[in-house]
Amino acid sequence: MSLTSTATEDRPEEGTTSTTGALVEFRGLRRAFGPTVALDGLDLTARPGELLALLGPSGCGKTTALRVLAGFEQPDSGEVLVDGEDITRVPANRRDAGMVFQSYSLFPHLNARDNVAFGLRVRKVSAAERRARAAELLDLVGLPEHGDRYPHQMSGGQQQRVALARALALRPRVLLLDEPLSALDAKVRLTLREEIRRLQLSLGITTIFVTHDQEEALSMADRVAVLNAGRLEQCAPPAELYERPATAFVAEFVGTMNRLAGRLTDGGQVEVAGVTLPVDGELPASREVEVLIRPENITATADPAGTATVVSASFFGSVTRVLLDLPGGGSVKSDVPSRDAGELVPGVRATVEPARRPVLVVPAPGSGA
Amino acid sequence: MAALTPTAAPAPGGTPRRARDPKAVRVRARRRPRVWRGAVLALAGLYFLVPLLSSFVFTVHTPGQGVSFAAYTGILSAEGFTRSLLLSLGLAAATILLALLLAVPALVGVRLGAPRLRPLVEIVCMLPLVVPPIALVTGVTTVLRWGPDHLSRTPLYQTFLAVQNESFPVVLVLAYTVLALPFVYRSLDAGLRAVDVPTLVEAARNCGASRLYVILRVILPNLRSSLAGASFLTLALVLGEYTIASLLGFRPFAVWIVSVSGAQARMSVAVSLLSLLITWALLLLLSRAGTRAASATPAPPAPSGTSASLTSPASGKE
Repeated sequence: MSLTSTATEDRPEEGTTSTTGALVEFRGLRRAFGPTVALDGLDLTARPGELLALLGPSGCGKTTALRVLAGFEQPDSGEVLVDGEDITRVPANRRDAGMVFQSYSLFPHLNARDNVAFGLRVRKVSAAERRARAAELLDLVGLPEHGDRYPHQMSGGQQQRVALARALALRPRVLLLDEPLSALDAKVRLTLREEIRRLQLSLGITTIFVTHDQEEALSMADRVAVLNAGRLEQCAPPAELYERPATAFVAEFVGTMNRLAGRLTDGGQVEVAGVTLPVDGELPASREVEVLIRPENITATADPAGTATVVSASFFGSVTRVLLDLPGGGSVKSDVPSRDAGELVPGVRATVEPARRPVLVVPAPGSGA
Repeated sequence: MAALTPTAAPAPGGTPRRARDPKAVRVRARRRPRVWRGAVLALAGLYFLVPLLSSFVFTVHTPGQGVSFAAYTGILSAEGFTRSLLLSLGLAAATILLALLLAVPALVGVRLGAPRLRPLVEIVCMLPLVVPPIALVTGVTTVLRWGPDHLSRTPLYQTFLAVQNESFPVVLVLAYTVLALPFVYRSLDAGLRAVDVPTLVEAARNCGASRLYVILRVILPNLRSSLAGASFLTLALVLGEYTIASLLGFRPFAVWIVSVSGAQARMSVAVSLLSLLITWALLLLLSRAGTRAASATPAPPAPSGTSASLTSPASGKE
């Protein structure tokens, strides 16, 4: 498409020539709303041109971090830097950041074209130029025919596209996306997700994307920052986050995780479900531990002599997730290729075996560590 | 609003008639509410129309002398008519301006900056509803009497006189603003509820707009119909207000009508009827101005898109 050409094409206004993305740094951000601490010393850096997803449960401070960057919240302490320049005290309307909001935020009294051109109008750009730029942006977000439509005449997905065009109209150095897809239905969400990513890559704009949907974060972002209780748990590329979670919180928040009772051996390994596995990361002080294993790293096979019992099986397409009861109490989830899952019906006996690869361990809840 | 109800009513009743042909049993069950609806409508219509018609007959028909429109033709030349009407319209304009200038910044400010103050603002704005005008006027009279007595040596004395200037009594504007506040509040509050003010403000700020620009170019345009509603209610209130004006000794329109009724009963009723029509006409005009903003927005795309023309009438209703 014409995405790349429009990105680098004529830029009539001077001063906003930074085509390459900006470096965004949060330094020791703290923000409390009364007794609730939204940000508790957040340190985070978004590299130029990358799409950084802020992921976390609700109330973890991800939206607050974004709003601090947009200038809608003032931090109690700490600072925000864009390209090394401290913008913490710059008012919201003078920050070079375009934002797409979670709720539909188009101006209801303006049509799509005027919505996109709103910021240009504020800056007193000439009418002809505004029109041209708005048309170019509507084209960019795939709505060239919708310039005359008013917000109430557009679907949610179309409204968010226009909002995206509006956010890009002033050629901001940073693009802020505050759960822009959460109000949309599943199918639109998927296509728009891909389009945002494609657009972001072609424009090379540093983008910070807030979401509570881990699938969204993992599929779109260059790096994902997992936040919990106002602090950064881990910031890593999606694959690393999934394969090598730094903390138990990340391990359980991203993807599905089994917690199995295990016991550390003298050799620094762990005994779990009848096998001995190497330990990844730090060893806890106590010997009684819980071992974190993903369902796809556990194989379950039907076996009359097995000790586990199948409780349920859910078909997910290529894999079937089987829930099994273990003899010592507790249960385990196992992802079995669907073609091998035919015998694993509820009530059947089965053997369960973790894959032989390093595992993450945490102290067992009752071990006093 | 009034124009929409009759068009909306036949639609639900009309469609089942075509659909129900095969099942004759259900027909009777469905017709009953339609009969009731007609009866209620007729009763309500009679309730409003009979007095109006009798008034009209009274103004044009004199027993024994036949029909004459003298009561109407004499209005314009009647002493005090133009002056009192212009005074009322002027008072209404000033009241609308003052009430909106008070209420709009207060309501927008509360929504953006201090949501906790909202119940307080609501109570203050609704308070005039429970204060009878007669109590209000007693208070005003007391202040007007007390002021000059105690402030006769200060410049404020002149203020007290100016406020009671016969040709444009500012004190009435002040009193009417208080009376109008509940209606203005209700109308604006409904308008503000319909838009997500904080998000729109943030979106506009994000586009580089200053606070004033946001209020003028984003908030007010979206409040247009509720501003029109507030203005109309205030206008109707000021045109019909009698108690305060009369007790304070001023002669706006309503007071004038009552005062001529003694000498020229026919003309007084004729003027009442006319003022009703004038109020309706103004109402229509203002609500047009309000809805045009809303319906003008969907209108332009209608010719180009087929789906747009289908959606616009539906959305115009809201």
